[in-house]
Formats: sequence, C-alpha cells, structure tokens
Amino acid sequence: MATILAEPSAPTPAHVDPDGAERGRGLSSPAWAPAPAVAAALTLALHLALPDRQPPSSGRMFVGLMAAMLAGSLAMAALRRTSGKLGAWARYRSPLAAGIILTLAAWDLLTLKLAWLPMPYFPDPERVLGAMWEDRDALGLSAFHSLRLLACGYAAGAAAGLACGIVIGWSRSARYWGMPLLKLVGPIPATAYVPLAMVMFPDAFASGVALIAVAVWFPVTMLTCSGVADVPAAYLDVARTLGAGRAHLIFRVALPSALPSVFLGLFMGMGAAFLTLIVAETLGVSSGLGWYLKWKQGYLEYPHVYAALVIMSLFFSGLMTLLFKARDRAMGWQKGAIRW
Amino acid sequence: MVTARAETAAEPASLHVRDVSKAFRRADGVRVEALDRVTLDVAAGEMVALIGPSGCGKSTLLRMIAGLERPTSGSLRVGSRPIEGPGAERGLMFQDPNLFPWKTVRRNIETGPAARGVLREHRAEVDEYLRLTGLEPFADSYPHQLSGGMAQRAALARALINHPKVLLLDEPLGALDQFTRMRMQDEVVRIWRARRTTTVLVTHDIDEALYMCDRIVVMTPRPGRIERVMDVPLERPRHRNDPRFLELRSEILEMMHLAGDDRAEVEAEAEGDAP
Repeated sequence: MATILAEPSAPTPAHVDPDGAERGRGLSSPAWAPAPAVAAALTLALHLALPDRQPPSSGRMFVGLMAAMLAGSLAMAALRRTSGKLGAWARYRSPLAAGIILTLAAWDLLTLKLAWLPMPYFPDPERVLGAMWEDRDALGLSAFHSLRLLACGYAAGAAAGLACGIVIGWSRSARYWGMPLLKLVGPIPATAYVPLAMVMFPDAFASGVALIAVAVWFPVTMLTCSGVADVPAAYLDVARTLGAGRAHLIFRVALPSALPSVFLGLFMGMGAAFLTLIVAETLGVSSGLGWYLKWKQGYLEYPHVYAALVIMSLFFSGLMTLLFKARDRAMGWQKGAIRW
Repeated sequence: MVTARAETAAEPASLHVRDVSKAFRRADGVRVEALDRVTLDVAAGEMVALIGPSGCGKSTLLRMIAGLERPTSGSLRVGSRPIEGPGAERGLMFQDPNLFPWKTVRRNIETGPAARGVLREHRAEVDEYLRLTGLEPFADSYPHQLSGGMAQRAALARALINHPKVLLLDEPLGALDQFTRMRMQDEVVRIWRARRTTTVLVTHDIDEALYMCDRIVVMTPRPGRIERVMDVPLERPRHRNDPRFLELRSEILEMMHLAGDDRAEVEAEAEGDAP
C-alpha cells in the first residue's frame, strides 16, 4: 500500500507546459506524436498478415479493438495541437498509449501468432475479448455481487474501526485495555477466521461481510487510534481556552487532525478488503468475481479467467480512485498530498 | 478601526493569584519547583507584562491562569470566581499561532463561537474581525498559505471573538520579524484600548513590555518568583524613543543584572531564548 501511496504523480496540466514551453523535450516531445497511431497500425498489420499458429477463434474483436485504438490515436495526435487540459493530457500520455498498444501486440504475437505460451492457460486477446463479451451478463452480475459484499463489509469495518480508533486513541483507560487486545487479535489475517465465520453466521453473505469487516477494522482502528493520540497538545489547549467541550475536542479537533492517518488506515483497509473479498467468494459465497474466477478455472476456461481479471483490475482500481478522490476532498487543506 | 459591536465586550474582570506554587516531577523523578508562592493582582482593564529569563515560570503561571494546569498549592481567581479549568472567558494566544491547519482563516476564527454553540448569533461579527485584522482577502485561505504576521493576526481574532474577560498572551509576537512585531504591538494596544480587556502578556522583550503595559512583573528563575513589580508611568499613546522610555528600560536592565550574578548570562537571557 505504501508503494501505491508513494507512486510519483503525473504532472498536472499546470506542470505540463500549457504554453508549450516544454514542447520538444522528454515525454511531451513532438517526436512521440505519431507513436500511438504507428503502434496501432503495426499491430493491425501484423495481426492480419501473420498466420495463426494456434487454432483461431471466429471473432473479429481484436481487429475491432485495434481499429478503435487507431482512431483514438489519431484523435490524440490531433488533440496534441490544441492548448488546454486535453491537449496537455494528449501530449503527455502519447508514449503511454503507444506502450499499451504494443503490449497488446506482444500478447497477440506470443499467443496466437507464435504459440510460445501453452494453451489453454494463455489464450490470445481475441479469446479473452470474446469471453468478456459472450459472458458479459454473468460478469456484470458477479461484479455487482462483489461490490455489494465489499461495500457492506468495508462500511461495517471502517465504521467499527473509526469508532474503536477514536475511543482507544482518546481515552487513556480504553487504551490500557484495548491496546493489548488490538496487538494480539489485530495481526491475525481476516482469512484465518473463515472456519469461525462459517459457523457463526447464518449465511455465506453475512460471514463474508464479517470477514471483510474484520480485515478493514484492524488497520483503520490502528491508524485512527495513533492519529487521534498524536494530536498536537497545543491544538487541544487552544480549543479548550476557546470554550470547547469534550465532543468538540474529539470530533472537531482530534479527528480532523488525525485525518491523514485515518485515510492511510482506510487505504490499507481497502487492500485487505480486496484480498478477503476474493478469498471469501472462492470459499463460501457463491457469487461475485472471486467465485466466477474459481468456477471458470475449474472448467479450464482460461479466457474467462482473464476476462474476470481484467474486470477486477478495473473494479478495484476504480474503487481506489474513489477513495483517493474522497481523501482529496476531505483534505484539500493539506499541501502536497500524493495523487493517485 | 474597532467598531461599536467589537467594543461591546464582556466586562473585563480582575485577576487574583494567591500564593501559587507549582512543582513538577521530571522524568528522572527529580522534583522541580517551577513557581514558588507567587502572588499577583491584576486590576480589571489593566495590561500587565510578565518578564524574566526562561525557567522563571512565567509561561507556567499563564497556563495556570488559563486553567490548562492546576497549581500545586495556592488559588487563582477571576473576579470572585475561582479558576477550575479552561474556559472561554480567558482567551489564550501562543507564540506559535496554532491555527487549525484543516480550517480556513474564517473557520478558525469561528472556532470559539462554534464550540460554544453560538455561531449563528456571531456570524456578522466574524466578518467584523476579519476586517479588523485585515484578513478579509484571506478569509478562505488555509493557514499554510499565510505569512507569520497574518497567522498571528488570525490567532488574535480567534481569541478576541470570544470576548474574553482576561486575555493571556504567551509571547505572541516572539516569532515575528522586528517590523511586523512593532506593527502588531500597535495593533494589540489599539484593540486593548478600545476594549480594555484585562491582559497578561508574557514576553522576553523589555521594550515590548514597556511599550504596551501598565505594569511590569519581573520574575526570577529556580524557583520562579516575583522579583519586583514596576509601574510604567508613561501616558498613551507611547513613543518608542521617548527619553523616559529609555530611562525605564535601563532601570530594568540594571535590575536584571542584579538578579543574576553573571552579566553576560543575564544579557543573553534578556535577548530572548526558548520558553
């Protein structure tokens, strides 16, 4: 998680030479302008010209995707000439777009065209796209079920973690009794509770929620607690002399001051929640992306496995982005916050 | 200038410190006498300076008046009411402005009324204090965007909007450059003259004490005691290069030389060091 938080940020448009001052150097250099389109055209040409060495599938989705990429690349090249946010984005992201297209090309070559990777474990992009399209209803439903389970578990765990963290961080006696418990129980991975969860809860969904909640609870509690306990004494002194009562001190001084730490806990909790979600779904819950993955693996339908992985990547990344957005909103006052 | 509404402050109250002693136990178990039987009366509407080298307990005394610390023995009263804990009637301002970094300047100033649940009635006053302290253009800025002087003005507004009966200033201008510092001294005196809030100013700076205060309480360290209380018989507005000002200044310096036994040490301490 720390590595995610520490990921260097893409320069904002303000940094990316709105006046074209930086044009001609580095990643925004005009030399990169044709790169995405050339990459897409090359990929298309290779795909159509080279013979297939694996049994081809009937679809034409990869060609369609590459055609769309080619069109997008041309649009991007045109955008590069414009000023403003989109133009800056197009200039800065052109090399990356080319890289993505070439990665897809390499995948196509290694599987379908050269057959260097064994089937059925490494299907070509066409098959994965086909699986994604053909099974879109099941995938969509699985994503929905995963989201529902995750949202319930995460909300419960984060709420419990915030409450515990505030109490343990604020009250000395709560810390005396709570800390040892936290130190002993907290580090147990939530997935280790699977045998317990299965007997303690009426159904698989409830036990899944409980497992995810436990996974989220520990980091959120720990970091909320340390944030609240480390509130600078001067802030509390100032608030007291301004007439603040205990509720104000806790919720209007200690908690906002602890927010950076609280969000760190929420990020760590989210990572733990993803992991626990997939484990819970492959073990007991008979729905969701994790379950889909396991099910398709059982039938050796690897194109569907990859399809599920692609969806998961978008799904989890999207949720992380949402959390980063929430953090940016809540902590706009902080200078130099790390971007996602 | 101070507007009519800002002048309708709470009645200033007198302050009484009786035989107050304070002892700490250090981490190594040694008992340290921070203050030894300090007695001090501040009349309602008076501005008094506490000066003295570090370790003389002047900040400790101020924190006890604020109610943030309890005396080991002795009593403290505001008017006739004993001080039992912190409260809005005694405003405190530190050397570090300690603005809440997650709040804009406006929301920082609103803290007191918001904490006491009377923000709605005081909203118009918030604007008044923003104007009064020249912070209107920065109302929506965050503390990290302010200069030291602006942050200190915001902290002053935050303390004043509560209409404290007693204003406690703990080296509030100590971290500012000379230029800003003198302007802020004028500002504080101007507001004080308009509102006559009983004020206790802790400072290292003899000139500041002379320029601003009615009386100067000189303290000595280990254990903290009141060495002497001096009246400042200068009429207001005062002038920094009034010959009588300079006379009083050298009198205090001389006295502080007598208080210590090493001339160089005393001078170094009078220069200003960490609290």
